[in-house]
Amino acid sequence: MSDDKVLLSRRKALKCMAYGGAGTLFVLAGGVFAPVDLAMAADDKRGTARLGKPLFVQISDTHIGFNKDANPDVNGTLTQTIDIVNGMSEQPALIIHTGDITHLSKAAEFDLAQQMLARLRTTELHTVPGEHDTTDATVAEYFSRFGKASNNKGYYSFDHAGVHFIALINVLQFKPGGLGTLGQEQLDWVAADLKGRSSSTPIVVFAHMPLWTIYEPWGWGTGDADQLMSQLRRFGSVTVLNGHIHQIVQKVEGNITFHTARSTAYPQPLAGEGPGPAPLKVAHEQLPKMLGVTSVTVVKHPSSLALNDTTLA
Amino acid sequence: MSIRNHRARRMLVTLAMLASIATLGPAGAEAADQAKILIKDFMYQTMSLTVKSGTTVTWTNNDDEPHTVISDTGEFRSSALDTNETFSYKFDKPGSYRYHCSIHPRMVATVVVE
Repeated sequence: MSDDKVLLSRRKALKCMAYGGAGTLFVLAGGVFAPVDLAMAADDKRGTARLGKPLFVQISDTHIGFNKDANPDVNGTLTQTIDIVNGMSEQPALIIHTGDITHLSKAAEFDLAQQMLARLRTTELHTVPGEHDTTDATVAEYFSRFGKASNNKGYYSFDHAGVHFIALINVLQFKPGGLGTLGQEQLDWVAADLKGRSSSTPIVVFAHMPLWTIYEPWGWGTGDADQLMSQLRRFGSVTVLNGHIHQIVQKVEGNITFHTARSTAYPQPLAGEGPGPAPLKVAHEQLPKMLGVTSVTVVKHPSSLALNDTTLA
Repeated sequence: MSIRNHRARRMLVTLAMLASIATLGPAGAEAADQAKILIKDFMYQTMSLTVKSGTTVTWTNNDDEPHTVISDTGEFRSSALDTNETFSYKFDKPGSYRYHCSIHPRMVATVVVE
């Protein structure tokens, strides 16, 4: 990477910090996904257009119902996020929410979240639940609102613009003391879902908890994700999107790109800093910067998509 | 000044809670049917609590992050406890009851009922 590009990304990254919790925009460029910071997209419309048509926006960890010091106004930061998405010159075809829609799985929280998300100009919304959405014994609150796509199983797939999307649930079968779990039934379903599909089909997999182990002591991972990855390796372009950890972490392994999204609600500490993944309290004026910090590298060409675990924080 | 007072008050509350826990072993005859467990820093602060049959145990979440209290074998299950919310369960049968937090499954602890 040339110095100019470094400077450009740094300047743009600083600009991004002015925004609150925004989602991540993915554009389809030659069958490969290029994550671009949303704030940047809103700011540089022509630049976004050069990258291709926006395919979808990932929003994550909205935690409606949270009201502690780390962000007393999660409704405000979600509203800001939605405004940024709605302000994009070209609207994405669909929105993906990677879970922790609510903070406490309460009906009123789900109702409010749905009302707010209904303001999105893009009306096609796909969701997976986070562990904060499923604390009621029967997961009735989540499934009664978002269960239709999966027949209340939590996992489903769909196609859009030649891309195959797979939504997975890894927050229901926690083993005490362990990581998230997909479970054999869901893994078998994935195998059947992928069977006969051309390996040139771009695949997007999304689930709440990271589908690779980022930090085991805090449960930042999925215990049986390896069995999923072994099914995905034959595909030429696989993008794995998660939330849960309220910060961007990326990894590239062969043809598989892993990416966790920021929260729109509050930041969490870096892995292992403090007793647990508690809401990170920062000075009021620092909060938008914490939510806005992104490690996504701007790429102008698919061949430079090696994400290199870049962090600007 | 107000911060200092607040801290002092919180410390007193904590001390009072610790004191109440300390008096509550099986030997604490006058309060033998009540016990408390504080949830703090992503831990059940009493990892293993032994109580007499008939004791009601009350968990209080002291974190800014919600936690749950869920029996591994299904005997009891709290909803998500926000900051300072409590959950109580009366243990009527002797045995060893392991439980965990469904939001942070590494949080595990045990209540032993004699």
